[in-house]
Amino acid sequence: MDINLNFIYGHLPYWLFIILMLSGLFIVVSRGNLIKKIVGLNIFQTSVFMFYISIGKMKGGTAPILLDKSADNSAVIYSNPLPHVLILTAIVVGIATTALGLALIIKIREEYDTVEEDDIQKMDQKDLKKYNKKNVLETNS
Amino acid sequence: MALTLKHLFAVIMLSGAFSLVSAMLFVAMDAVDVAFTEAAVGAGVSTVLMLATMALTVRVQKETKRTILFPLVVVCLVGVLLIYGTLDMPNFGAFDSPAQLHLGSTYLSITYKDMGIPNVVTGILASYRGYDTLGETVVVLTAGLGVILLLSGLKGRKDKE
Repeated sequence: MDINLNFIYGHLPYWLFIILMLSGLFIVVSRGNLIKKIVGLNIFQTSVFMFYISIGKMKGGTAPILLDKSADNSAVIYSNPLPHVLILTAIVVGIATTALGLALIIKIREEYDTVEEDDIQKMDQKDLKKYNKKNVLETNS
Repeated sequence: MALTLKHLFAVIMLSGAFSLVSAMLFVAMDAVDVAFTEAAVGAGVSTVLMLATMALTVRVQKETKRTILFPLVVVCLVGVLLIYGTLDMPNFGAFDSPAQLHLGSTYLSITYKDMGIPNVVTGILASYRGYDTLGETVVVLTAGLGVILLLSGLKGRKDKE
């Protein structure tokens, strides 16, 4: 493998999608607000879709909708339809998981009265301490 | 932008705009079906769902004292590994890539004969991969049931209080 300008130009789209994906990952890992985490997850997901679609792209190609139905379509270049089909399914599944995640956030906010991960962890630890103390008292008595 | 903004409304609106721009990118990469699904679902439905969640929860993010060092290390590590993985890939838009050489052209030539639908993506989605699409609707149904079950307890509890 030799690294020349052609190689870099041909791989730049992939790298840009990876950088976009990493920014989504960074939001998911570093931000405590749960709604922001879902937004980050969406960015992550969409950039993976872009990567898949870019694999199916052919230079000078057009959308895989047949122009001339009677003849064999060897004269026209069509991009690969298979990644498109896969990603169509993935988008719909993605919105389903997003909806479920948002419903969970609403439920969490009802229980904890906050959507910040730090506060939730603090409250969990306090509860755990209380529970442990109660257990120790009960076993002693 | 989504990193520093404190107002969740702005964050959600920006995420909708991002979805719309990505739909344009899908058109540029010849995936028109994906583009209008992304515009309808990503920019439309998901923005509405997030706004509804924001209305039911909080509007402003709290200040946090989290360290960004560990996330930064994780992200850089993943990035280096992924970019190393792309080095073996064919160039963007290449004709001789493995993805183009095998099934794609076969489907392009047989779909119209089998189904009579000029849109190959629709033909594959509804016929060759019909069971997969059925499974997808099961996933959506399950998610919808989950959302209903999670949210059905909300009002009752508020009434009790």
